[in-house]
Amino acid sequence: MDIMATESRITTGSRGTRLLGLAALAGVLALLVFAFVLTDPDVRTHPTSGEEFGQFDAVRLLYLHVPMAILTYAAYALCAAASAGYLLRRTPWWDVTAHAAAEVGTLACALVLVTGSIWGRPVWNTWWEWGDVRLMTTLLLFLLFLGYLALRRAAVDPESAARPAAVVALVAVLDIPLVNRSVEWWENRTLHQKSTLTELKIEDLTLFTLVLGIVVFGLVVTWLLLHRFRVGWLERAEVTHGIDRAIAERRGVASTTGVDSTVGQTREES
Amino acid sequence: MREVLADLSLVAAKDLRIEFRSRVLANQVAPFALLVLVLFGVALDADQRTLRSFAPGLFWVAVLLCALLAVQRSVAVERADDAVVGLRLSGMSPAALFLGKATAVLVQLLVLEVLLTGGIIVLYRSSVEDVALLVLTGLAAGVAVAAAGTLYGAMAAGLGVSETLLPILLLPVLAPVLIGATRAFDDALGAAAVDGWAWLVLLAGLAVVLTLVGALAYRVLVED
Repeated sequence: MDIMATESRITTGSRGTRLLGLAALAGVLALLVFAFVLTDPDVRTHPTSGEEFGQFDAVRLLYLHVPMAILTYAAYALCAAASAGYLLRRTPWWDVTAHAAAEVGTLACALVLVTGSIWGRPVWNTWWEWGDVRLMTTLLLFLLFLGYLALRRAAVDPESAARPAAVVALVAVLDIPLVNRSVEWWENRTLHQKSTLTELKIEDLTLFTLVLGIVVFGLVVTWLLLHRFRVGWLERAEVTHGIDRAIAERRGVASTTGVDSTVGQTREES
Repeated sequence: MREVLADLSLVAAKDLRIEFRSRVLANQVAPFALLVLVLFGVALDADQRTLRSFAPGLFWVAVLLCALLAVQRSVAVERADDAVVGLRLSGMSPAALFLGKATAVLVQLLVLEVLLTGGIIVLYRSSVEDVALLVLTGLAAGVAVAAAGTLYGAMAAGLGVSETLLPILLLPVLAPVLIGATRAFDDALGAAAVDGWAWLVLLAGLAVVLTLVGALAYRVLVED
């Protein structure tokens, strides 16, 4: 692992990720301007009573909520694909990718639940709706992956968690089609609206801001993924490197005392 | 196929024999199941109408809690003296091993379900209105819980912290089973007007899927 060779300056950044990070940062700033300044709050007027109704300023939360929901699916789908890849190939690359995707996906999923709840308070008049299938399936997805991450943390040696983690991930992603399709399958059991993106029911600038949100947070999530992958890779390298170093130290001791440098032979034994 | 069935019954009989001799189910898990029912009763202020209408949900939560204990016991039996190594070296197919262990857990769960049914009839004054639905639901949900429990038990066992890891891994997977079984019991016990047979179909589907996934994935977990 030559990445460990430059021990004095270990970093997970590279020229590519720095550029990506800058692009993501600029995108977030642009998105803030669009979300809070250029777009209008959602205010509609009732045709007969003339009363104002709508989501008002709460609609701005959706520029974070909807992209994060899409990126949760993407990250978890990547985790499942990498887990399947690991079971077929059994190389650390797939395993580290699956772990990184699961961690970033869980962060995105937590943001989906939190922003959804904050949005729901003024719009649906509730923080949480037990009868809503999409809320329930999303929460379950989050809990399934908390279990996945707990399993990862429980293993002392990352290699030993790889196989069970891959199976857990492949079972957990079966929940994703349920989350995504729940709005169509159980129309009477959800407060969520049907997909507005595919039916183009929203105004131009709102739609543009939403798409911008998806792109920008897509960059942020990709940036996080790359760094998390590299941290994971370094963790693996550290385990291997630690063993190599221990062997080398032992050999060093043996050679200075002028005995055969067979691994496992101690000074006392010689 | 015949070989798988023979191996399956060998493993299941072995686990049940150990259980029969050690009496962990009878002396520890069964009293725990009744204790859970009593605690629910105390927590809900012994309000008969509330208890009766929530009995299906409380019943299945109690089953899941007991299933955690049964699965942990099933895992502990193999961990003692590294018995699992002997099983792997015996040349049995992992699928037969999985199905045998799951069958033993299922039998124990069915015993607990019978006990808990008696418990809710006596303590919560539930009345059985559809015996066939009740029995089939108990069986289908039992299969689903035993299959998922055996699979996740094997996963957690390899990492040495199965006691704390198993619940967080297993319970979210069993949430759909809890929903389906509770709804079906709502109908069978006359606690709510729902179509219990439709939920039973869902449960049967879950039982088949979890058993197949378990039989396939077990190979990945036990190979070395």
